[in-house]
Amino acid sequence: MASVTIEQVRKQYGAVPVIHGVSMDIEDGEFVTLVGPSGCGKSTLLRMLAGLEDISGGEIRIGGRLVNDVAPKERDIAMVFQSYALYPHMTVAENMGFALKLKGQTKAAIDERVREAADILALCPLLDRLPKQLSGGQRQRVAMGRAIVRHPQVFLFDEPLSNLDAKLRVTMRAEIKELHQRLQTTTVYVTHDQIEAMTMADRIVVMRGGKVEQIGRPLELYDRPVNTFVATFIGSPAMNLFEGTIAEGRFLTDAGVTLPLPTDCKIGAAGLYGVRPEHLTIAESGAPATVVVVEPTGSETHVLVKLGSAETTLVLRDRVDLKPGQPIKVAPDPARIHLFTAEGMRVN
Amino acid sequence: MTLQQSALPTTMAAARPASRRDKSRLYQEMSMLAPAVILLTIFLIVPFLLSFWTAMTNQPLVPRPTPVRFVGFNNFLRILRDDLFWTSLWNVSRFTFWILPVQCGLAFATALLLHQKLPFRNFFRGLFFLPAITSMVVVCVIWGTLFQYPTGPLNQVIGFVSGGSIRPIDWLGDPDWAMFSIVLLSAWQAYGFQMIVYLAGLQGIPDELYDAARIDGANALQRFWHVTMPGLRPTHVFVLVITTIQAFKLYTQVAILTQGGPKSSTETVVHYMVRSGFEEQKLGHASAVSVILFLIVLVIALLQRQLLRRYDV
Repeated sequence: MASVTIEQVRKQYGAVPVIHGVSMDIEDGEFVTLVGPSGCGKSTLLRMLAGLEDISGGEIRIGGRLVNDVAPKERDIAMVFQSYALYPHMTVAENMGFALKLKGQTKAAIDERVREAADILALCPLLDRLPKQLSGGQRQRVAMGRAIVRHPQVFLFDEPLSNLDAKLRVTMRAEIKELHQRLQTTTVYVTHDQIEAMTMADRIVVMRGGKVEQIGRPLELYDRPVNTFVATFIGSPAMNLFEGTIAEGRFLTDAGVTLPLPTDCKIGAAGLYGVRPEHLTIAESGAPATVVVVEPTGSETHVLVKLGSAETTLVLRDRVDLKPGQPIKVAPDPARIHLFTAEGMRVN
Repeated sequence: MTLQQSALPTTMAAARPASRRDKSRLYQEMSMLAPAVILLTIFLIVPFLLSFWTAMTNQPLVPRPTPVRFVGFNNFLRILRDDLFWTSLWNVSRFTFWILPVQCGLAFATALLLHQKLPFRNFFRGLFFLPAITSMVVVCVIWGTLFQYPTGPLNQVIGFVSGGSIRPIDWLGDPDWAMFSIVLLSAWQAYGFQMIVYLAGLQGIPDELYDAARIDGANALQRFWHVTMPGLRPTHVFVLVITTIQAFKLYTQVAILTQGGPKSSTETVVHYMVRSGFEEQKLGHASAVSVILFLIVLVIALLQRQLLRRYDV
């Protein structure tokens, strides 16, 4: 196990910069997810950490050792790929033991380590099978097995659940988290799925356009996003945002709707008013809105309404009987609102 | 009984529209297939079956007043007793034995090179593929000039490089060299196609496998051995079998450059067949050769199927 320090790391492909000086500290045993939309540089950063991509500038340290020019095999890391990257002609046991074989370990030592990892992941009955004879979830477990067999200092996961169906993804998510709790190995996990990031990570790094937008614990990001990008990226359904101005202790949206502010609000200028769907309720008094779509999910109900001209989502815990076109009144919880400047930076 | 009688018409009524639909669909499918089936029948299946029949007769190339006789397996027996046929079969086997490593090796090496991220990679891919789309006749004319004895360019280069210690080689006139020369030019002409097949095979190996191998600690040679080679197994089998089949059908180069000589050292099965059919005008005999060649190629093709199936392709 080891800490990971990334300092002002940059990456350029020719003249095109893709990572613009990213810095972060990952503590020993911590589970950190890198999350962001496609093309934000999260996978490139992970590959630089693995040594599969050269670093154009900055420093990467694993366990205090500078690894900028260290080959992947010398970094004492293990990586799990999106497509599993299992060697198709090798059995499960051979796949898992390949790294140890290359290191020149004896067959008995390899067998023991493979069996130990297979025990953890319940892979023992599959050891003699080829990857093509396995299901997606089993292949994913073998890929994880191949990683843990080596007892690395750091685990790197590159969107490992993206190829699985929704149900299996939830199961595997729990398995990976459980594995981390058991092994306590430092883990860097890349995903574009914010739910995965929220549920698994000790800390989340939100990236956009090759830059870090915010680093923090999952609920910290949820409760106090530093800008509108993080605010809308984290949380599903996404936060509702209204453009407008503050006037006489209230927020007046451009669509002409008046929304309440906290009583102690001292902010004079804000261009955006944000409220999460679950912090909006249907009330006796509030902003007038019209129901557009009602989506019951069983545990909760998502309601899309027109608030002025803006489409707004509500998440209600109760089952409600609403019809499209029905006029209702919507009230946000003033204590849970988020205010941003017109440029999108948090002000409250 | 009454119940059965009443049930029957109902079932039939229900079945009728479905079968009518099936029929109209069948007609539609048949009419779509018809042009291809007719053309294939006229130009492929009928001549193919005719060759089996002709192989059993004494059919001449130009019709004669005497009727064509059924001769059973006489043509086959005569072929199997003909030393020249066995020489030609031995020659194509020799040709195949040489062309496989030379042509496939060259194609594999070039594909590996052009799979790297080199500048002007696509230009070189096109350049190396050019001979494959050049007419064999043109290739033979070019190589015929290169092979000239004793003052052809190839001999001059060898003479220059060896400082005159190696004497000029009669590439096409010396029975010891003629087949080797045919191998050389054939490999040069055709390796571009195999190169493309290998390139496709190489591109089919996911990059992530190489990444995983690098992290597992494999060096370049180990990655080649544990990732590239197993990944290309079906490609190797395909290329080897296709090349073998093509090699057994060797004709054009021989017909243009050596006409089977010198001393029958480049006589091939197809050249033997064409000669007996068109020079000696024994169409029945030539057809029998073609049937034997077909059987040889069929065995190779079946072998290919077996091998490919084993590698799950």
